[in-house]
Amino acid sequence: MNVALKNQPAASEERWEADPILTVEHLTMRFGGLVAIDDLSFNVGRGDITALIGPNGAGKTTVFNCVTGFYKPTEGRIVMRHGPGRQQEAVDAVTATGKRWDIGDDRSVFLLERMPDFEIAKKARVARTFQNIRLFGGMTVLENLLVAQHNPLMIASGMTVGGVLGLPSYRKAEQGAIDKAVYWLEHTHLIDRADDAAGDLPYGAQRRLEIARAMCTGPHLLCLDEPAAGLNPRESTELNELLQFIRKTGTSVLLIEHDMGVVMEISDHIVVLDYGVKISDGAADFVKSDPRVIAAYLGVDDEEEIDVPEIKADVEEVTEEKSKRKPAKAKAKPKAAAKPAAKSAAAKPAAAKSAPARKASAKKAPAKKAAPAKPAGEIKVKDADKHPGAQPAGTKKPGEGGADNLTRISGIGPANEKKLNALGIWHFSQIAAWKKAEIEWVGSYLSFSGRIEREEWIKQAKALASGKQTEFSRRVDGGKVPSSRSSSRRTSGKGGKA
Amino acid sequence: MEYFVQQLINGLTLGSIYGLIAIGYTMVYGIIGMINFAHGDIFMIGSFIALTTFLILTTIFGFVFLPVVLLIVLIIAMLFTSAWGWTVERLAYRPLRGSFRLAPLITAIGMSIVLQNFVQVSQGARVKPLPPQIQGGVTIMEGVTENGPIVVQLSYMQMIIIVTTLLLMVGFTLLISRTPLGRAQRACEQDRKMASLLGVNVDRTISLTFVMGAALASVAGLMFLLLYGVIDFYIGFLAGVKAFTAAVLGGIGSLPGAMLGGLAIGLIEVFWSGYFTVEYKDVAAFSILAIVLIFLPSGLLGKPEVEKV
Amino acid sequence: MAATQANGGAAANNNMFVDSLKDSATAAFLVAVLGFFFLPLKTDIASGGLAITYRWPIWIAAILIVFGGRLLLNLFVFKAQTPATRIIGDKLAGSSAKVPGLGRFLTFALLGFALVLPFFFTTFFPGQQRQYIDLAILIMTYIMLGWGLNIVVGLAGLLDLGYVAFYAVGAYSFALLAEYFDLGFWMALPLAGILAAFWGIILGFPVLRLRGDYLAIVTLAFGEIIRVVLLNWYEFTNGPDGISGIPKPTLFGLEFKRGEGGFADFFGLEYSTIHRFIFLYYIILILALITNFVTMRLRKLPVGRAWEALREDEIACRSLGINTTNTKLTAFAIGAMFGGFAGSFFATRQGFISPESFTFLESAIILAIVVLGGLGSQIGVVIASVVMIGGIEMLRNIGFLSQIFGPGFDPVQYRMLIFGLAMVGIMVWKPRGLITTRVPSAVLKERKKIGADMVAQGEGH
Repeated sequence: MNVALKNQPAASEERWEADPILTVEHLTMRFGGLVAIDDLSFNVGRGDITALIGPNGAGKTTVFNCVTGFYKPTEGRIVMRHGPGRQQEAVDAVTATGKRWDIGDDRSVFLLERMPDFEIAKKARVARTFQNIRLFGGMTVLENLLVAQHNPLMIASGMTVGGVLGLPSYRKAEQGAIDKAVYWLEHTHLIDRADDAAGDLPYGAQRRLEIARAMCTGPHLLCLDEPAAGLNPRESTELNELLQFIRKTGTSVLLIEHDMGVVMEISDHIVVLDYGVKISDGAADFVKSDPRVIAAYLGVDDEEEIDVPEIKADVEEVTEEKSKRKPAKAKAKPKAAAKPAAKSAAAKPAAAKSAPARKASAKKAPAKKAAPAKPAGEIKVKDADKHPGAQPAGTKKPGEGGADNLTRISGIGPANEKKLNALGIWHFSQIAAWKKAEIEWVGSYLSFSGRIEREEWIKQAKALASGKQTEFSRRVDGGKVPSSRSSSRRTSGKGGKA
Repeated sequence: MEYFVQQLINGLTLGSIYGLIAIGYTMVYGIIGMINFAHGDIFMIGSFIALTTFLILTTIFGFVFLPVVLLIVLIIAMLFTSAWGWTVERLAYRPLRGSFRLAPLITAIGMSIVLQNFVQVSQGARVKPLPPQIQGGVTIMEGVTENGPIVVQLSYMQMIIIVTTLLLMVGFTLLISRTPLGRAQRACEQDRKMASLLGVNVDRTISLTFVMGAALASVAGLMFLLLYGVIDFYIGFLAGVKAFTAAVLGGIGSLPGAMLGGLAIGLIEVFWSGYFTVEYKDVAAFSILAIVLIFLPSGLLGKPEVEKV
Repeated sequence: MAATQANGGAAANNNMFVDSLKDSATAAFLVAVLGFFFLPLKTDIASGGLAITYRWPIWIAAILIVFGGRLLLNLFVFKAQTPATRIIGDKLAGSSAKVPGLGRFLTFALLGFALVLPFFFTTFFPGQQRQYIDLAILIMTYIMLGWGLNIVVGLAGLLDLGYVAFYAVGAYSFALLAEYFDLGFWMALPLAGILAAFWGIILGFPVLRLRGDYLAIVTLAFGEIIRVVLLNWYEFTNGPDGISGIPKPTLFGLEFKRGEGGFADFFGLEYSTIHRFIFLYYIILILALITNFVTMRLRKLPVGRAWEALREDEIACRSLGINTTNTKLTAFAIGAMFGGFAGSFFATRQGFISPESFTFLESAIILAIVVLGGLGSQIGVVIASVVMIGGIEMLRNIGFLSQIFGPGFDPVQYRMLIFGLAMVGIMVWKPRGLITTRVPSAVLKERKKIGADMVAQGEGH
């Protein structure tokens, strides 16, 4: 169990624990040697809007593809339920028998990992959209929505025979299908384009059409893969309204989204992935204050620990640059907005101020308050003993020849470099000397336990300290990766070569 | 055992010819993703050019020293067949670059019909026999079976075919992996638009691919002529289909795969004829193709395709 | 000012002319190189091996023809400021734009003509009626085959290069049913269709999960396998000798024969062989119209929409709960069924079948008709069949060519050469086929045609 999850409110209180429409249990997906998802478990509550978030490459779309049957998971169980409650007995019974589903009158259980993709949509009623829109571009908008009603219409047409003969019962069914299509076209504001080719629609309309098409299958669970990608703010707002409306019609929603505005505003429940592992799970308020999420996904919360003035100035520069580059991410830093203004107003990224001033969780993990202390001698962080392991030794000033460019290590960005500098870590040789205890401590201190090992900082540092290059450092030196030295005043150190 | 070895040698010889043709398919498919249906007929054109050149050299100019004659025939056949390959690409495929997928397939089939009928009309529909030019060989094994004594022979012709194929194979692998042209080809395979943005002359690279494929096909044509001693305007179709089968079997886009596939098809065909029935050898080859594609869709050496969702 | 402009124009013209000359010379040189081993030199079997005969005039004529033709094309089309083709194209487009219901009108006009066609020929061309009606039957057979294949390639987007296999299954089914069970045409026809559909499912089941070109090559392989089996299973199919004596169709039991009890006798007409041709024509017309009717109906049914959706995006189809394997199989089976019907008709029309008739070339011709007509377009298939099959067959009737090229000139032997050139030419000119718009299968308010650039072509795109 993750440390962060201990803070979670008691499980029984949450709807997604008591009445999940979908449970993903111990899902593991390997592609060759690559582990895309590692023992992931989460629930999607019935009637909830659940968001699956995480940095690029965290495995979100892979989870989607497993849930909707496009990939067969290596391990794990994915249970879809119609009808209330966990239905644990039915689930266990189906699992034991090797059947794919157990369909009852008012409640049914489906083991999605055993079903082919089209049956998941047809029987388990899970509909999905795609990250890069997949419409039937050469067919009209209306036709797209009729294709989505294939299965009921197929039955109505007497498996085609009745349809070819032109039976009136089929005509009635087709009219019903058109009515349903019109209903969703009205709700997605596409009714005026009904007879245009889907490929002719503008981008935002195509996204809405894809959702309308998925809804025409009559899903119990709607999975949306980045529905807001590429939308302008107005379209984003419309999307929020549409999703709220869909929820009201009784369809649960699971979405992957990068736009934090959308996620925080409409989600009842957020699951955060990083490197295929769940790092946080809970309501929006809980997740956005979870230090792990902030460290892994939202990037870094830079400024609060840093009290050394010259470093603070650097951070300011870096974060400003960052906020220009990635407004969405900067906007999504609720913590920055929530902080007491007095503390470091100067260092606050401009965009953070414009972020929606949500009632902030302000529940700061004690770990984050680590302030570099005593001006003289070895630097000792106040709350050092709150982290497991041992704080590495640091010096107040860099050694002869200036500090190394630590960003040449893959995994250390400009902001983390500042934090390390604040700990008195200036040189590759210092990092190279870390032992297990130090690694553990720094990992915890920087709020991303395990990443140092995963990204092999020590190995990289050893190579760089001995003057060698790594593939990543070459890219940094080649200017292909933004590094602290591109904008910094202290350009003297040429990294390991110094 | 002796019978088996003899069939093995025959199979490898036939497979080498298929392999040489298959390389043309695989290169074109790799670079522009189309089945060049006319490639089998380019092979046929190559063997006709070789035949006529051979006759001119021996009957008109009176050359008698066979190695020199064959070398000249080889060079001329490669040059002229390359011109055919280039022209087919220029006329039928280049105008359709970037068009939808079926259009070049139809022009390719059309070109195949054109080439076949052009040769039929201009050279007549009757078969052209050429008496065996290279005779003799080395005896590898001798034995006795219930049907009498059996001699396993590796003829000089077979040696020439296998050695030439090996040399060409090595040469082409080096060409693709070492030279700027090979690099340009590989770049075009990955992403044509990007390659052209980076200064690769895409049209020229594709043309050269066709030229190289045609040159190899003409070598195969010459060998076919010498090995079987009989050609007609229709040999391109079946050889083409089998060579394409070989390319797919080996994993389309992969040069060693094409060669391996060619050898496999040759062996299957020869062994099937040798141990079962001659009539159904094509059925055997095609059935193997279907089975491989169904169970191993990316071929023997191809990269598996991951479905992007 | 005006003078300089005129000068500039003249210079440009001059340049254009020089460019055209250069380009034409290049083309002529290329022809000289390519043709060198084929036109002037011909290998012939002579006593003591092969001998070479020389035909230099043909080579020079070919070079000159290409030079002249290319020059004209350059001057008036490729390098001209207003290409002649564009002028013609504009005129055509203008005239069709002026008449909004042209397509519909054309359809009905063609249908009307098809209905009265035999009487048209018997009235106006009594001398050649048999020949023309025979040609009409041939064209109609290809139209039917084209419509059948259109379901597979045009609607479902599955590239099938072995369609002729089902044509063969249909033909052999009828021939063998007639031979072994003494079944008549009308009894055997549905059975032949069902058998072909059955084979479609058997062949389709393993291969339909293959993508694009792989599917194409495997269907081609299956087509060849079926042909080779027909060729070599001597005991059952009579091998290369084929099956002869296949019964002719009857009109409700009336045979088209001379004398008592025949069709002519029953209706009190004077016996004429043309009756049977007219009857055959109406059979294939009705079969083709049924094919068309069913296809048009299916397009508006869920299964037809699923086919088109499959052509557009298979993954999206699966996400909507469509069983793509079954959908593909239905397309394959229904296409095969119509191929089987056409095959039965072919057998009864010819009275004799052999594996010769079912080569890959037939598949290629049928596919060419579908693609040249415009994938998915029913009327396009008709136009392409008439142009390609009718046009090529007309070569047989052009007598004046032999007056130009001498008595030894037989235009028929250039038939396939011209066919191939036409295939290449039309595709390069119109890569999407002749009819490129798609008509939607369901309409809410206003029927809008969909441009070809929107419509996907199936498998892999």
